[in-house]
Amino acid sequence: MGARARRDSNGGTGSSELPPGIRSWTDGRVLKEAARDYQLVAIGCSMGGMAALQTIFQTLPKDFPLPITVVQHRYRTSNEGLPQFLRRHSKLNVVDTTDKEWIKPGTVYLAPANYHLLVERGELSLSVDEAVAYSRPSIDVMFESAADAYGSGVIGVVLTGANSDGARGAERIKKRGGFVVAQDPATAESPAMPQAAIDATRVDRILPLERIGPFLVELCRGSEFHG
Amino acid sequence: MSNSPAAIIDEQARADLEQIEIGLLTEGIYKHYGFDFRDYSLPSLRRRIWKRVYAEGLSTVSGLIEKVLHDPQSMERLLLDLSINTTAMFRDPTFYLSFRQKIVPLLRTYPFVRIWHAGCSTGEEVYSMAILLQEEGLYDRCRIYATDINEAVLQKAKSGIFPLSTMQENTSNYITAGGTGTFSDYYTARYDYAIFRPSLRENVVFAQHNLVTDASFNHFNVIFCRNVLIYFNNALQDRVQQLFLQSMEMFGILGLGKKESIKFTTVADDYETVDAEERLYRRVR
Repeated sequence: MGARARRDSNGGTGSSELPPGIRSWTDGRVLKEAARDYQLVAIGCSMGGMAALQTIFQTLPKDFPLPITVVQHRYRTSNEGLPQFLRRHSKLNVVDTTDKEWIKPGTVYLAPANYHLLVERGELSLSVDEAVAYSRPSIDVMFESAADAYGSGVIGVVLTGANSDGARGAERIKKRGGFVVAQDPATAESPAMPQAAIDATRVDRILPLERIGPFLVELCRGSEFHG
Repeated sequence: MSNSPAAIIDEQARADLEQIEIGLLTEGIYKHYGFDFRDYSLPSLRRRIWKRVYAEGLSTVSGLIEKVLHDPQSMERLLLDLSINTTAMFRDPTFYLSFRQKIVPLLRTYPFVRIWHAGCSTGEEVYSMAILLQEEGLYDRCRIYATDINEAVLQKAKSGIFPLSTMQENTSNYITAGGTGTFSDYYTARYDYAIFRPSLRENVVFAQHNLVTDASFNHFNVIFCRNVLIYFNNALQDRVQQLFLQSMEMFGILGLGKKESIKFTTVADDYETVDAEERLYRRVR
């Protein structure tokens, strides 16, 4: 697990390489980015994800201004268990996504078991295409389609997981000018997945789990969903 | 891996161009070959096109346009990429359980039952339905029309031969779906393959039919179209739902994929819900 992980984790990048507006990788304060108009938060997680999602969703207010899409790797015949669990721990409306569902702010859209979740402008699509890196739903598929649909308006969040799904997608989000948060691998039940994202691209923040929710609230303050 | 503002603007321009190229590709394929992918849902279409771009050793969608328009064999390969939907026997087992419990009693009252399985792909779910109907003693008065856009997958479906490696999943699905027999009785294992009993396809007609461009060809008591419409955009979903409505007997049953809904289409009021969770609907007007 995480055998490929490089040694320079936890924001060991030299400060001279930091992009403008970012003082340090682990600095939780939001600087210029909060002035941007974000449109969508996309969260990917795998092993250990249930608890991580619970921690994040507990901190998000009912009037959170953006829609949130979530891929949590789950067994192909699992059903209402995950949405029910998250509903208990969230003030937001949590749904198991139906094909061509319109995207609304303040709503959490879960990728259904055994389907890929793809983001289009204003609506969500599903597919039963082959698993990507053994995963369906795949975090990469969701991230890449979100980046294609909403460009720099996407905030990608990579949480705990024992594989490297999400790394390619995080790279695409960054290419399109979006924002990427990785859970600090040291605080992850399974560090491999956030570590893979950190290795694949220059993520904007590496944050301990309990700070991700409050950070998102801060980051999205001032953003308004346009559809 | 520079993500400078200039690089991000370049990336946006590249994405805009890609969208133009995809439009040209689907337009060209439609005009030259008659296959209409113009109203397919964009994100899945984009992924599938790029898969073919790389597989052909190309680097742009424009390159693929030239390739498929001048080389029918590469068009065949693209067609496979764009039209194969992966499936399994008794996919979403609770759908079959619900069909057994809620729809089969209705069908018993009919002297003859016509079933259309639209977009049957490699046929796993056709054989599943045949097994279910045999176990319920209904198969002899049923005729299943199994159609797909793709001739190559229909050949596979006709053969009734599936990889043995999938039988573990299929067996567990069969049990959850309320199977009353022993799943392995329905096939013979030969090397790496499971060969299904020919009696299962005795009342099945396999035929090529394109949901996007072909018309209605019969009236049916049951229409299945599972995990096919998800690849279409809203406008095309509406058109295909109208085609199903035209092909549906009054009180006929529509069965969709687990996460598909008629709620967002123009036929929503023509059906009542039989099982909301399993997406089984009944035509009422």
